[in-house]
Amino acid sequence: MTQPLRLELRTAPHVAKGNSVERIMFHVVLALLPICAFAVWQYGLSALALIITVTATCLLTERLFNRLSGTASTLSDWSATITGLLLALTLPPSFPLWMGVVAGFAAIALGKALFGGIGYNVFNPALVGRAFVQAAFPVAITTWVPAYFPSRFSEFIPTTLTMPLMTPPDIGAWVKGHMVDGFTGATPLARWKFENQVAEFGDMLSGVAAASVGETSALIVLVCGLYLAVRRFLDWRIPVAILGSAVLVALLFHLLEPGRYPPPYFVLLSGGLVLGAVFMATDMATSPVTPLGVWIYGILIGVTTVMIRYFGGLTEGIMYAILLGNALTPLIDQVTQPRVFGAGKGKKA
Amino acid sequence: MSEATLQPATPSAAMIRTLGLVATVCGILLVLTYQNTLEAINANKRVALERAVFKVIPGAHSMKAFHVGKAGLVPEGGAVPEGAVRFYAAYDQAGQLKGLAAEAAGMGYADMVRVLYAYNPAKQAIDGFGVVGHRETPGIGDKIIFDKAFLKNFEALDARLDAAGDALANPIRVVKNGSKQNPWEIDAISGATVTCRAVARGINDSAQKLVPLLAPHLDKLTVPGQ
Amino acid sequence: MAIPGQKQLTSMDEFLEGIWKQNPVFVMVLGLCPALAVTVSAVNALAMGAATTFVLLGSALLVSLMRNVIPKEVRIATYIVIIATFVTIVDYLIAAISLELYEALGAFIQLIVVNCIILGRAEAHASKHAPGRAVINALGMGLGFTIGLFALGSVREIFGAGTLFGVPLFGPDFQPWVVMVLPPGGFFVLGAWLLLFNWWRNRKPAASEPANVVREASHG
Repeated sequence: MTQPLRLELRTAPHVAKGNSVERIMFHVVLALLPICAFAVWQYGLSALALIITVTATCLLTERLFNRLSGTASTLSDWSATITGLLLALTLPPSFPLWMGVVAGFAAIALGKALFGGIGYNVFNPALVGRAFVQAAFPVAITTWVPAYFPSRFSEFIPTTLTMPLMTPPDIGAWVKGHMVDGFTGATPLARWKFENQVAEFGDMLSGVAAASVGETSALIVLVCGLYLAVRRFLDWRIPVAILGSAVLVALLFHLLEPGRYPPPYFVLLSGGLVLGAVFMATDMATSPVTPLGVWIYGILIGVTTVMIRYFGGLTEGIMYAILLGNALTPLIDQVTQPRVFGAGKGKKA
Repeated sequence: MSEATLQPATPSAAMIRTLGLVATVCGILLVLTYQNTLEAINANKRVALERAVFKVIPGAHSMKAFHVGKAGLVPEGGAVPEGAVRFYAAYDQAGQLKGLAAEAAGMGYADMVRVLYAYNPAKQAIDGFGVVGHRETPGIGDKIIFDKAFLKNFEALDARLDAAGDALANPIRVVKNGSKQNPWEIDAISGATVTCRAVARGINDSAQKLVPLLAPHLDKLTVPGQ
Repeated sequence: MAIPGQKQLTSMDEFLEGIWKQNPVFVMVLGLCPALAVTVSAVNALAMGAATTFVLLGSALLVSLMRNVIPKEVRIATYIVIIATFVTIVDYLIAAISLELYEALGAFIQLIVVNCIILGRAEAHASKHAPGRAVINALGMGLGFTIGLFALGSVREIFGAGTLFGVPLFGPDFQPWVVMVLPPGGFFVLGAWLLLFNWWRNRKPAASEPANVVREASHG
């Protein structure tokens, strides 16, 4: 071997205009704000406190690791802010704040800083944080409260202010006292899985159903995503591939056995599918860069999500589907490398 | 590698001698340990089993293990008839039969959930329950050990024989949390459905076999001793 | 295996080697199978460490005593027979001492036989040194392994159950971190300890010997 093997690394996005990381990230934050605002409107003080706490923890953790590694502050690239906001949006509104701190720390420390910071992370940091608390606190992360309960702007949900390290109180009685019509304490996905009930289309679009902070209204998430896609701040092919493949698989199952499998709109609008597809799967550091790779990646996530929902032990599958897609990203990139110019037929982007 | 080939090879006899010597020394060590610990190990196992049985049958003071099959009742230690089911008879201080206990196992979320249940022949019901071993998720599946509402299911879980006498009149089954209507149903813990189902299935499988086999021999069990 | 320029080790050096410089868990990163699997509580960790130390001591003594009669060609077979013997002995002993502990440790007692620390020590140390020295080294290694397991087990028990040696630390309302007693928790805690250990060692470049001399690189 006389010539050392040369590895070429390319980073996305390949845009002609001068888009800096900061600019893109800033616009993502802008696009997340309406979703956060809607979540606060739905769940009140508790959601606001959770979003602020988780985001602040992410920023502080990022700063801490900056200091430990002796590098300049990376707070101004907005990426830790995005991680914090996204993470908060995937947690239940009643999630105790101290657990939110754990989630935020795990997201940045385990998901990002240990890999070398922005651009080097293998997995989406927000989902790493969420996966950590899902494994650590399985009960708290599946405790749901009704949206639009009347006293949401004057009082916290009792679990929110749980003392650090302590078990959150049982909120069954509290939920009964704040009953909103039709609330069952389970997410639409759980109700479908265990009781075979499919939620109403309108309810799901507007976000009345029990869900995580930012998962209730698919409509707002889609609008915000559309803004980013139009401004070319995210790769539109990823959400289209995820949502499209999920809907197609769901349609197939629904046609085969309509009594057992829900209609496609249910699959699309329930849980965190849209939020995950638009904001998390599109993370530039953890998604493929080749055009073909992007489609494979998206379809893989969409199909895996539906498979986990239908056949897995969990009710929601988008988190593990995206983490799996993240893990496979280097492999997908490697096998979908475009032909070297002149070596094959036709032109490639 | 090359170093080894350069050296003169050890004669086979020497190798056999050394291995033989090592094996002998090790063999002696093993036999000595085995003999000296056997009693303690068996005593430990007996104590652990007794403790488990006495927990599901309160007031029990002594117990005996039996195998029951189509051919009849055999105390533990004798030849085990084919298709026989093992169970334990527990007696109180006065020597009266307090209850019967048997082991059951069902596939849970992670691994087999092994439980011990008490069968009360007078009430024709299961009136005791304890978990022997499990690998369920802490905080969710392990609620079957201490969840009060769940344990209440086993205060009088109906296990009557059907008219023909070869199966339970009503199979024991698990129902969704809060919808128990019949005495043979087990109210599941919400969130731990899989584990509860494993318990119900295990107990049903075991009781469906044990109770019909046991029915003709119940009178023989009331007197302790041979 | 002699490191060039190294002085003759004193007994104390020999003993401390396993505890600190060549700590099986933190430096050699060996024997991870039991280190990750049974360290859900401090008691389990200590029991596993004690069992491994016993096997290390027994096999080191016997291998060292027989080091001059064991032919090169069959040495690994001989070591394995010796190690397997002591593992079986410790298996019986634990079952005789406490069945509860025996069930908590499960298959991992028998699996000590494939713990690479033990075969590694037999091959690299006991077979080349006199019994006294071999036993001292084995004791140090065993203690080092036990300390490593205890470091994992105590952290996992504190977070995973809110107790240490079964004594509640935070009162009845403590929220257990379920992940800590699951397999991922083992990896997280081990990673955190390795991070801390390496960070601490790199902070002290004054140490004369290169810190990363790993003599045996067997994996298991």
